[in-house]
This record gives sequence, C-alpha cells and structure tokens, in this order.
Amino acid sequence: MAVELDVFVGNTTLIDEDVYQLWLDGYSAGDAVAIRIKRGILEQTGASPDVLESDTMDHYRTFQMLERLLHSPPKLINQLLFQTPPSMQSMLIEKYYTFDEPFVREVLGKKLSKGTKKDLDDVSAKTGITLKSCRRQFDNFKRVFKVVEEMKGPLVENIQQNFLLSDQLAGDYAAVVFFANNRFETGKRKLQYLTFEDFALCAEQLIQNWTLGAVDSNVDDMDVDLDREFLQDLKDLKVLITDKDLLDQHKSLVCTALRGKVSIFNEMETNFKNLSRALINIAAKLIHTKDVRDLFIDLVEKYIEPCKSDHWTSSDVGAFLTQYTNAARALDAFKHQALWERYMCTVKSCILKMYHD
Amino acid sequence: MGEDADRGGVSSVGVAACIQRPGSYSFLFCGPWRLVQPCRQSTGPRATMPGKLKARIVAGRHLPVMDRASDLTDAFVEVKFGNTTFKTDVYHKSLNPQWNSEWFKFEVDDEDLQDEPLQITVLDHDTYSANDAIGKVYIDIDPLLSNEAAASLSGWFPIYDTIHGIRGEINVMVKVDLFNDLNRFRQSSCGVKFFCTTSIPKCYKAVTIHGFVEELVVNEDPEYQWIDRIRTPRASNEARQRLISLMSGELQRKIGLKVLEMGGNAVVGYLQCFDLEGESGLVVRAIGTACTLDKLSNAATSFLPPCSSPSKDLKEVPFSEDPNPVTHSSGPSTPLKNQTYSFSPSKSYSRQSSSSDTDLSLTPKTGMGSGSGGKDGGPLKALYRQQTQSAFEHREFPFFTLTTFPPGFLVHVGGVVSARSVKLLDRIHNPDEPETRDAWWAEIRQEIKSHGKALGCHAVVGYSESTSICEEVCILSASGTAAVLNPKMLQDCSMEGCSEHRLSRQPSFFSTGSEKGEFDFFLQCQDSASLLGLDDASSLGCSFCHIPYDELNMPFPAHLTYCYVCRKQKVPDVLFTTIEPPLEAAITGKGCLIQARLCRQKKKTQGEANATAISNLLPFMEYELHTQLMNKLKLRGMNALFGLRIQIAVGENMLMGLASATGLYVTALPAPGGIQVAGKTPSDSSYDQHIANIQKKINDLIVKNREIYEINPPEILDELLGSPIPETRQRSRLFRSHSESSDDVPELDLSHGKKDAFVLEIDDTDAVEDIQSLLTDASTPSGFYSCNTEVMPGINNWTSDLQMFTSVRVFRLNNVTSLTSQGLNKTFSDVCENLLKTLYFKLRSMVPCCLCHVNFNVALPEDELIQVAVTAVALTFDKDQTPYIKVGTDKTLSRASAENEEQLQFTLELCMESQATQSTALFSPAKAADISESGHLQAVSPAIQTVASLDKASPLAEAHARHRSPISCATSTVTVVEMTPLSFIPGAKIIKYLGIINMFFIRETTSLREEGGVSGFLHAFIAEVFAMVRAHVAALGGNAVVSYIMKQCVFMENPNKNQAQCLINVSGDAVNFVKESDVEYASTQAQGSGLQAGNGSGDIVA
Repeated sequence: MAVELDVFVGNTTLIDEDVYQLWLDGYSAGDAVAIRIKRGILEQTGASPDVLESDTMDHYRTFQMLERLLHSPPKLINQLLFQTPPSMQSMLIEKYYTFDEPFVREVLGKKLSKGTKKDLDDVSAKTGITLKSCRRQFDNFKRVFKVVEEMKGPLVENIQQNFLLSDQLAGDYAAVVFFANNRFETGKRKLQYLTFEDFALCAEQLIQNWTLGAVDSNVDDMDVDLDREFLQDLKDLKVLITDKDLLDQHKSLVCTALRGKVSIFNEMETNFKNLSRALINIAAKLIHTKDVRDLFIDLVEKYIEPCKSDHWTSSDVGAFLTQYTNAARALDAFKHQALWERYMCTVKSCILKMYHD
Repeated sequence: MGEDADRGGVSSVGVAACIQRPGSYSFLFCGPWRLVQPCRQSTGPRATMPGKLKARIVAGRHLPVMDRASDLTDAFVEVKFGNTTFKTDVYHKSLNPQWNSEWFKFEVDDEDLQDEPLQITVLDHDTYSANDAIGKVYIDIDPLLSNEAAASLSGWFPIYDTIHGIRGEINVMVKVDLFNDLNRFRQSSCGVKFFCTTSIPKCYKAVTIHGFVEELVVNEDPEYQWIDRIRTPRASNEARQRLISLMSGELQRKIGLKVLEMGGNAVVGYLQCFDLEGESGLVVRAIGTACTLDKLSNAATSFLPPCSSPSKDLKEVPFSEDPNPVTHSSGPSTPLKNQTYSFSPSKSYSRQSSSSDTDLSLTPKTGMGSGSGGKDGGPLKALYRQQTQSAFEHREFPFFTLTTFPPGFLVHVGGVVSARSVKLLDRIHNPDEPETRDAWWAEIRQEIKSHGKALGCHAVVGYSESTSICEEVCILSASGTAAVLNPKMLQDCSMEGCSEHRLSRQPSFFSTGSEKGEFDFFLQCQDSASLLGLDDASSLGCSFCHIPYDELNMPFPAHLTYCYVCRKQKVPDVLFTTIEPPLEAAITGKGCLIQARLCRQKKKTQGEANATAISNLLPFMEYELHTQLMNKLKLRGMNALFGLRIQIAVGENMLMGLASATGLYVTALPAPGGIQVAGKTPSDSSYDQHIANIQKKINDLIVKNREIYEINPPEILDELLGSPIPETRQRSRLFRSHSESSDDVPELDLSHGKKDAFVLEIDDTDAVEDIQSLLTDASTPSGFYSCNTEVMPGINNWTSDLQMFTSVRVFRLNNVTSLTSQGLNKTFSDVCENLLKTLYFKLRSMVPCCLCHVNFNVALPEDELIQVAVTAVALTFDKDQTPYIKVGTDKTLSRASAENEEQLQFTLELCMESQATQSTALFSPAKAADISESGHLQAVSPAIQTVASLDKASPLAEAHARHRSPISCATSTVTVVEMTPLSFIPGAKIIKYLGIINMFFIRETTSLREEGGVSGFLHAFIAEVFAMVRAHVAALGGNAVVSYIMKQCVFMENPNKNQAQCLINVSGDAVNFVKESDVEYASTQAQGSGLQAGNGSGDIVA
C-alpha cells in the first residue's frame, strides 16, 4: 500500500512555526522530519513517523504556495487564498525576511548581482547555512533593494510600507540597501570583528547625516546616495591639519579639557596630531568613490587600531572625540563649523560603535 | 455467527436488484446548443422583464502578467447574462486595473434570474491576435432574489481559470431590482428560501413543515460530447461548469415551484447532488423538506401559544403515551431489531424486480403498525396512532431531510431504514423527461416507506440519498430513521415558541456523572415536569426511545425492557438512528465516533453479470458492517448510535463499505452487556487459554472505555420512581459493582446464561482477525473527542475557536488480488485510522477539542486506488468550567438556540464600535502580542471581520492601507469568513441567512509535476475552492458559511501524461453572525444611546 496523495487544507491556514523555521532554514522535507523526530516530537505527541511526515509535507506545500505571496507582503495581506489571522501574517512576513548574522556579514556591501549569487555556495560552505536559505536571504536583499532603490521618501518608511516589516527589521534592511548601494567594504580581515549591528548603526548615522535626505527631504534616492556636495566640501577641513597654528591651538584646547579626565592622557597628547590627521585625511579623501568604499577599513586602520595599541578604553575614545569636535568651535580661524559638525558627529558615533573594548 | 449477532438497529436493508436492460443505443446527438439553452419547459405565459440585473466592474488586482515584454497586462472584462454581453474598456498596462465601469443593465425575466449565473470574464487585450482569457467568475444571483436578503452584493472575487487556478481578483458590484408581478402562471419560484441546514434555521420559526420535495434534471455531459474532441480542455471544463450551474439553478427553481404549490416558502435540509454517469449523462438531483418559515423578529412572536389553528385543536389528543404500562415478561429469546431481509442472499437479493419485494414487506407490516394498536391495552395510544396516520395519508413520501427537531416533534424513533438498488446505466434518451431516473428513486423511496411502516412508524426522518457509480453500474442508496412524529407539530408548529420552556433546563441532562447529580436531576425533572404540566415521558427525555411498534407483534425479534428513565414504556436494548441526538435526550457520559469498515473483492465483469455480482455482495456487506458497529458499540460500553451513515462505494474489482456514527449511552436504554468470546467446541487447554486472554482483553477495554467516556449510569432509584422491575434492578446492581471496582473483571464477564451477553464465536481464523481488529482500533488521544453529529453531548462550554478542514488521501493497493479479504479490510481500516491520527496530530494545539461532524467519503476512482476524503470541524472547549456554570449560554451555544431578542437591529453600531476597538488593537503591538501568546491564533476577532466588511466595498481601501504604519497594514481588505459543517457557530449568534451557496468547480492541469504532483495540485485546488466560497459569502455581506458540505471530490490523474483533473462540489448557507459577547455589548450600548437603526446590512454599499 502506498500513499499516492495526501493533503490537509484548513479554512484557517494551519501554520506550525517550528516547521516554518525549518523550511526557512532551507531543510528538505525529509531533513525536517528527521530534525523534528530528533527534537522528540514523537514522544511528546505519541504520533508515528508517517503521521509526522504527512504533516511536514502539508506544511511544506503550504509554505511553497505562500512564498510567491511573501515576495510581495501587501499581496499576502489582501489575497483571498489563505485565510490567516493578522498576527500570523505578520509572523510569516517577519520570519521570511529575517536574515542570519553570519550570512549578512558575508554579503554586506557587496553588489547584489548575479555574480554574488553564484558565490553563495561558498558563503553557504563558510557559514554552515544551507544554500537554499542563503538564496532566500540574498533574494530578499535584492528584492527589497530593487523596490526601494529609486523611490522618493525615507528609506526605512519605504521598506516598511512595501514589505510590512517591523521597525527593527526595516532598519536592518535599510542598512543592507545602503551598504549595497555604496558598496562599503566590510569583508576585510581587519573588519571581521565587527557585527552586523555595528554596521547597521553606522548606516543609520550615515543615512541620517550624510545623504541628500539629510538636507533635502524631497529628492529621489535621498536616503540611498551620499550627498556629493558635502563630500566635495569635506576637503576644506584639511585646514585643521595643514595650518600649523590651528593644529596646535586645537591640540591645546583638547588637552586642557581632558587633562586628568582620561587614563591615557600622555598617549593622547603625543598622538594627537597623528589622530587628527587620520580623521581629517579620511574626510578629505571621501570625494573619491573608492575611498568611500574604504571608509570603515580606514577608520579601523587609521584611528581605531592606533588607539587600541595604546590601550584606550571606549570611554577614553568617547571623551576624546567629544572634546576634539567641540574644541574646533572655539577656533576662530576655522570657518567650516557646520561641515565639521556634520562630519564629526557621524564619525564619532561610528567609531564609538566600532570600538569594542 | 452467534444467534445474537444479528440484532441491532438497522432494521431493514432491502436491496432491490432491479437490473435495467441496457437500452438500445440509438442516441441522437442533440448538439452543443443544449449547453447554451438547457432543457427548459416553455409552457405557460411568461412574464416579460420582471426584473433588472445591474452589474458594475470596479477594479482588478494581482492580475497575472500576460505580456512578457512589458511584464504587464491590458485587461478588460466581459459581463454576460443569458445572451447579453457587455464589455468594459481596456485598462492598459496594469496588473491592478481600475475600470470603474458604468452599471451594465440586463433586463431579464425571473426564471432566467434563477437559472442563469452572472458570468464575468477577464481578458487580456491583444491587438494582433485573439484576446487571451485570464479567468472567470460565476456569480449566483439567486441569493439576491429573496425579499429578505440583501438586494446587492459587492466585493472582491477570485478570478478563476480551470487550467491555472486563481489568477488575481476582481471587484464587482451586482444589484437586482425585482418588479413585483403577480403572474400566477409563472415558471419561477423567486423568493423561496433554500437552506442546507438540516434543522429549522436559527432566526426562523417553522409555522408548518409540509414535507418531502424532490426533483432531478438530466443532461448530456459536455465532457462526453463529440465536440469535446476538438475543443480545448478549458472550453470543455467551462462548458461543464456552466451547464451544471444552469442545471442546479433550474433544479432549484423547479423545487421552489413545488414548495409554492404545497403552500410553503422555504426548503430546509436541501441536499443537491450530481451523478456523473459518464457516457450516459449528467444527473442533478435534489431532496429537501418544504416548510413555511416565519422570521423571528421579536420576542413576542416566539412565545406565541403553540396551537394557533383552532380547527386543528379539536382533533388533538394529549401528547402522551399509555400511562398504565402492562407489566410484561419480556421474552428472553433473541433480542432486538433485525433486518427484514433474511440472510440467505439468494432468496431476497437476486430477485429481478423490486416491486415484489416491496409488496412482501408491505403486506404483513402495515396491519401490524396501526391495526394492532389496541392490543397493548392503551386506547389512547391507538387513537393517537390513527391520528398521526391520517395526518400522513396525503403524503406520498412522509420523509424529512431534517436531523434535528424542535422538542416534542419527534415522538418515537423506530430504527434505521435503508434501501439500496443496483442499476445499469444507459443513455438518457430524452433529457426533458428524466423518467427512468425518477422511477428508480421512486422505487427506493417506496421501499423505505414500507420499511418504516414495518417498524410501526409513519415517517422517516434524517432521510438522505446517495449514489456510487463505476462505469455503467450505479448503486442507489437511501436511508433514514423510521419515526413517529407529533402530528400537531406538523400541521401548525410554532415550534420555537413552545420549545422555550423545555430548553431552559435542557443542559442539566448532560454529564450526569455522580450519583448525587443524578439524584438532583430526577427530582428537578419531576418538579419541572409537573410544573409545566407535561407528560412525564416527554419531559424526562426518554420518550423518543420508546418503541413505536407493537411489542406482541414485533417486526423482528427484539429484546425489550422498561425504560430506564420513566419505567413505564418499553425500550429496545440498542437504538440506531441517522439523526442528531434529540435535544431533550438524557445522555450519560460522552460519545465517540464509531466506524465500521469493510472491503470486498469482486470479479471484474460487465453488464448484468456485474450488477448481479454486486447485488449478491451487498447484503453480506450490510450485515458485516452492522456486526462491526454492534461490536464496537458494546466495546465502548454504549447503547445507541446517532448520525449513522453507511456508504457503499463500487469499483472495478472491489466494493467498499464505510459506516460512521456517533456512539452514545442513552440513559433510557439498558446498559449494554459485555462481549462474550466463545471458542470452537472441541478444544484443548492452550486454546482455552487463548480464548480467555482475548476475553480478558475485551473486558479490560470495555472498562477502560467506560472511564474514558465517563459512562457511569445512574444507580436507579427504584423507590423514587416506583414500579421496580426485579430483572433490571439486578442488572443495574451488577453494573454498579463493576464500575466501582474496575479490577473486578469477573463481575463484568456475563456468562452464557445471561441473555444480554453478546457472543462472538471464534470458529475460524477470520473471526480471530475480526476480534484482533476490534481490539486494535486506536483510541482517541487524550484531550480529543470526535463525533459525526453536530456536537458531542456532554460538552457544553464551547469556546469560539473553530477550524474547518478537508483532508483527502489516495492509496494505491499493490496486488489487490493477492490480498485476502481480511488483509484488505485491515488495509482499509488502517487507512482510516491513520487519517484520524494525522488529524489529531495536526490539531493538537487546539486541545481540549472535539472533532465534530466528521464526514468520511470513500471512493474507488481506479482499479487499485482507494480515495478517502474527510471534512470536519474542530471546536475547542473550556475544560475547567463545569456545564452547570455555563448553563445560561449553553442554550444558545448548542443546537437549541432560541432567537428571540431584538439584537439584529444593532449591526450598524456594532460595526462602528468594533472598528474602534480593532484600530486600537492594531496600533498597540503589546496587545497583539498578548493575543497571540494566549494561544488564540486561530481565533478571529469579530472586530476584524466587521472592519474588513466595511472596507471591502471600496477598492481604494487597499491603497489607503498602504499609507499606514506597517502593523496597521495588516488591516486587509479581506473579510474573515468562517466555514463550518455545523448549523451554528459556537459563542455566536446568527443574525441573518443570506442565501444558499452551491458551487461546482473543475480544475485541470497538464503540468502536474510542476504544480507539486498530485498532492500539490489538489492542495491548491481545495484552498482555491475555500477561497471562492469565502469571497462569495463576503460579497453577500456574510461572515460565515454554516452547514458547509463538500458533496463531491472526484479526482482523476494520469501521471504518465503529467495530467490531472478534479471536480469539487460544495454547498452551505451563507450567514451573518455576531459574537455573543459583542451582542451583549452592542445591546447595552444601543440601549444607552437609545439609537434605532433599521439597517441590518450596513456593510453593503449599494
């Protein structure tokens, strides 16, 4: 006796969250059955393996049919085929678009192209995430990217409206889109210690302060592209290191403010000029797209690593950057206060996030 | 077989083996024109243009990409009714077109309105080639024709294509303006309401129940016409869908005319079926119960005195039984209720004509049923019988498709009557005169009627008909429950009104577990009975068990005892019925689903030889199914079956029988005896040991089952009841002692001498296996109950969670011929058991829950394939609360809902109110989380439903939703629609019936593998059918389908060609309900503000 056909259809679509997760993780129906058995479901429920297999297959079929709709969440909400409570719909969408940390760290900042997709088997081998799951996550990135790429209005809101994600997840997708669009380098060995969360916060800062949207909220791509004019102007900050008087003045102001307040005062004093030069050179170079891509590696190499080697704590870094930014205001000869603030506030937030004790 | 093995409730199984000779095949092609204008009588003057149908196409969404180049679609819509077609403009380059068309107006006569569906076709405009069809929507106009229902419908409908399935949605508005013409000769029956529900619908009261209506229409099946060879599968499927839609419209109209003739205004328990006879044609047939219903508008009408017709009052006799029971020594011989057929099949089954059979059974039994009434000493009883008989004389078939009755309506139940007949199909020569099929059914009904009479009953209730077709052989089956009805109630029954008092104490009958409780129960009943001045028997809820036939002249050997409740009337020891447990019935403990399953091989033959072979097999199958049911019933310690449904499916080389019923312990009937295993007579000690082991297992199981189902029958308080009967007291003692100490097995072991021991003889290996299978039937997992009736007696505190589902399985048997008949049985039994186990596993999150109305359908689609389809609803209930606390709500929760409040006026406020609550819930995620945490994921809040229905009329709602924050986007435009096979929704009040849903769909694929194989294909199709049903209900302004049934699911596959086809036919009643909690809230709100809103359907935008 062989089962030729076996289906179960509920008026309210039955969704088992555990099975959904297994499906999302890219396991085949057979693997999913094995995993469920391993987790002890047979003992808990007294079911037999064939019952479990039948149940798993039903769920997998349902998910396959739902997947088409999940590609466009507003469709899922308004479709008539699957009757599901709103809370269940939100869960389905949220989980479908949730991505794995190891995966996103591999792909973040890469062009979402066919070439990258071809390399996913390497990503899968490296991260231990199934290729199927990698593909889903990659396709999600690409889909979101394509939809919001050329849209007016705030990036996070656009993502929320078109994909009905939670604030948190929409923010993460904004970071992914922003990084992919600007192709920031995140994969170098020196950046490996950074988490996606670190980058997501940096992305948020950059979007808020350095994009077109930061100055004009009614332009295309406002949150996706950096403000070219701003980057152009950043070279004007060079005066802070090229003008010897300004540099000394700046240093003495910072040193006065920090004396006795940081443990690494001496190291700071000796290194001040190097650090200042590093930060301002990074700013001045941002006019070149290549250097924009290297922003994070530059921050790590030129600033974070020297501080690390001198055993700065993150509060030291925070104190220094605050004073370093504020002190420039007192420099009468320095005329680019607004530009300075816009640059330094963002860089400060990024460095603080990236500086792990 | 033991001498006792044949007793039981299936009283009669007559198989009329009338074999129709294959007629001459001089068939004339009538051509495809019939599809356009199907058989219709054109006699009588016809009203011209009594109505105007208006349709407007608003918008589409989620359309498929039809132009690969642009990834877009240039869609337009054709709207067709009858022979008139309108078109919208082409909406270029969009997957979400906004046509916003004008109102297309069709001037039509009402006959067309009833027969024809509105046909909406969505097409993709193509400048250079033919326009491509995207899909269609058929809208049944009939629900709009009743003067009570909504005059318009509006909403999103799935665009359906028989090859591709659902392809986007379309927003349509439809209105009907009926001109009130008084043409007496009209062909239409507009305004007659149809209900699938097999009880008096909740917001109505029955003024009169007129009786049985039936009709059938036949046609050629387009699938088998010559033209089918040259047209596409799509065209063929659409022709078939349209034809069936037309035929069911016509059928409904004809039945409606019959109802009008009878003076009724509604059909309740309407059951329409299709017989796909293949080459020989397509039959659409329907049965139902004609009624005159009155809408319950306020409390006053529902409390009208029951007897409103003075002329009838004079004739009425007290609704009572003989009050002086003759003490009677019940014969210790063979007990109760036998089939009327003898077990020598050659004698009664090979007869070539059914008429002689009918005569045979008629002659001796009619006399017994009425004439001998005087003999048992009760003159009143005799008078009563005569009265009831006169009330039924004018009815050709005193049949009722109802399964639930107002208390007092059902006086006595005799037992199950059934009849089957094997026929050879031949071409239907003249579709306009479907006499052959009519004659076949008339014959069977006659048989049923005579069987009913044999049981001393003048009526058959819970009546249904079915067919099973394989190639040219067709088995027609009919079954029902012979019963005696209260004639007074038939004539003028203000039923709901008179039922109020009795219902109010109904819940206390259930779950009588402890002796203490039982004591109270008796006292209470006696009190209330005397207060109400009602007859003891009727108020005690035992009268329906009292035998309707004459005990001195019984139609079959039966074992009678005095009723265990009233102690006055005789009752059988087992009762089988096809109806729901009567509301007033006193029931001990809980019940369970009991199934008997059977496979029989037969030789592959043709024509008459085949029909004869089947006819010969049928009685054996009926007998075996019956024995199985009996064994399983006793094994569970129960004594009655309700909702019995025996299905016989015929295949090429097999016959399959599946009997399903809900076993219960009816308090009025005696406790069932045990099962006694007897070995063959010359035996050795090891064999005896084996027998003893089996016996012990059986006894243990009975004890265990009694615990599971809480069957602790009351200790009979003889002093309280008077008239002690020594014999029964002894038995109750025996029973009690065993329930006190379950270890005390020997007490249960009813020895040979005891007459109620049920003896199973193990004289061959077959019997051993039978017993093994009896013992291996898996029990329901804890937390679950199952039944095939509407609800489980003993569970009253239902919560509002419900999950309707359909599960289909197809099994391939390898080498059928090599299997023994026992092996085959076991396989089939395993199939059913496994299916049930899967259901329990899938629904485990709903525990504690009860699978209600579990409806199995078996078919043998091909040589070695068995198809089993199950539709049921899982209802959760509250375990902690005792029924006594919830008595107040139980009344409305369970079947006994009494609709007499004014609440339906407040729908409008309710919508507003719930919208407010809904939006607050949506904007606070914490609250949403709460809801999901507490495990109510299945629960659909009414607020969502009403909000959605407010939104749905406007296609702008979607765009509107987009601009809200993400969580609020979850307010979709989709109305949540509950579907349930039950006639009610727990925790809710049905406020309006919106019309019958009767839909037929065909789905075909030529890319089976790509669609996920047969399972993927069918899974998607069933989901699509559900979606289309929901969309139609929502468009009518409803939020639920009750009495939903999947009547047919015909699946055919050809994996080699990568093809499959499936036909599904579903029906139900579209309703609008409000949750009970909301009703209370809304009514207090409305009273406070003093608002009066007359519009009950505020969510319909006309």
